[in-house]
Amino acid sequence: MSRNTRLALFACSGATLAALFVWGLTGLPAFGGFQGEYGQILNRVTGQERHVTNVVAAIVFDYRGFDTLGEEFILFAAVMGVALLLREARGEGERRVDIVRSDFVRAVGLASVGPVVLVGLFTIAHGVLTPGGGFQGGVATASGLVLLWAAGRYRAYRRASPHALVDFAEWTGAGAYAAVGIAALVAGSAYLTNIVGLGVTGTLAAGGTIAILNLAAGLEVTAAVVLLCHEFLEELMS
Amino acid sequence: MSFLPYALAAWLFFVGLYGVVTSRHLVHLVVCLGVMQSSTYVLLLAIGYRTGKKAPIFLGVSPKVGAVDPVVQALTLTDVVVSVTTASLILALVIDIWKRSGTLDPDELRKEET
Amino acid sequence: MIPLQVVTIGLVALGGLAVVLVRDAVRQVLVLGFFGLGLIVLFMVFQAPDVALSEIVVSCVAFPFILLTALAKMRGGPK
Repeated sequence: MSRNTRLALFACSGATLAALFVWGLTGLPAFGGFQGEYGQILNRVTGQERHVTNVVAAIVFDYRGFDTLGEEFILFAAVMGVALLLREARGEGERRVDIVRSDFVRAVGLASVGPVVLVGLFTIAHGVLTPGGGFQGGVATASGLVLLWAAGRYRAYRRASPHALVDFAEWTGAGAYAAVGIAALVAGSAYLTNIVGLGVTGTLAAGGTIAILNLAAGLEVTAAVVLLCHEFLEELMS
Repeated sequence: MSFLPYALAAWLFFVGLYGVVTSRHLVHLVVCLGVMQSSTYVLLLAIGYRTGKKAPIFLGVSPKVGAVDPVVQALTLTDVVVSVTTASLILALVIDIWKRSGTLDPDELRKEET
Repeated sequence: MIPLQVVTIGLVALGGLAVVLVRDAVRQVLVLGFFGLGLIVLFMVFQAPDVALSEIVVSCVAFPFILLTALAKMRGGPK
């Protein structure tokens, strides 16, 4: 069907969908008046029950930890898909030259790699106390490693993130998450129950398995994003 | 006035959908998909908001003050990171298409099939 | 609703429209960065700092990176 026919069909069906959408949205409670009980109960009890002050991290890694397991494996599968797609069709063309000519860019960029990686690791580790966590800090740490390529040379970036190490980090992160759940099964409770002793509120090791799963997720997301960027950079460089 | 965040979610969804349907460049299409995804984040967070309450972080604060709903935030935050990974999978498909057929225009790709 | 929320909602709506209307892929990446910034402020004003952190690292670093690398790869015309 031609483009104009397609656009006319979209106009009709889009208008109907928009009308139904707006009608559905007007049935929602007024903005600011959400009365869901589950969230309010969790806000009240998480401090005593899990010794954790970031309720969102407790939900992501404990109360709804099973959903996060699914999300991690979506990440894993998507990175595997990218690697499969881009590696098999890659030829042996000539390498592009990548030199950063500006001294200022190289100096400031390379000097920022350390602080960026440190801030990323800080965000991962403090996920149980303040806003942060494995997912946010993982992408931040990975971006610090990619900054090595952006401000320096491709070879320096490759040496800092060797392929075997990044692969190992990724499946360790994903596997550790599943393994903690299985450890809970072995100990006699349901999958992914919080079986390790809860720490003291306000320390980095609070929350028992929440802290462990947080670190595992941070490791896995860092490795996944580094692998992704690596695949795209290899495409660009070859 | 209290309908405004929901209206924003609907607006972003349909603007993104319009961009996907009328796109002439596959990478432009991927970015419009991202706009559609962000409409779902806005809708989720707007549903969970409670007037006058603050963020659900209780470091140094007693839990009695109440906070906005944390469950929708937990759903949204993993989704944001996973969405960039799936977008990169779509981009890898786009690079593959470009290698095989040399064009990035969806209409030309359709003509090549016939 | 406080006025900051109203203003941010307006900016995000304009940003979303701008992202779709820019047809050149490379320029769209820059406009996407501004749209992401609007979303970050919106998430903060909705009292969701965790989601705002995720959106910062994604829309300012990861997403433009993969888009620009893919575009730079495909710049040379048909292979």
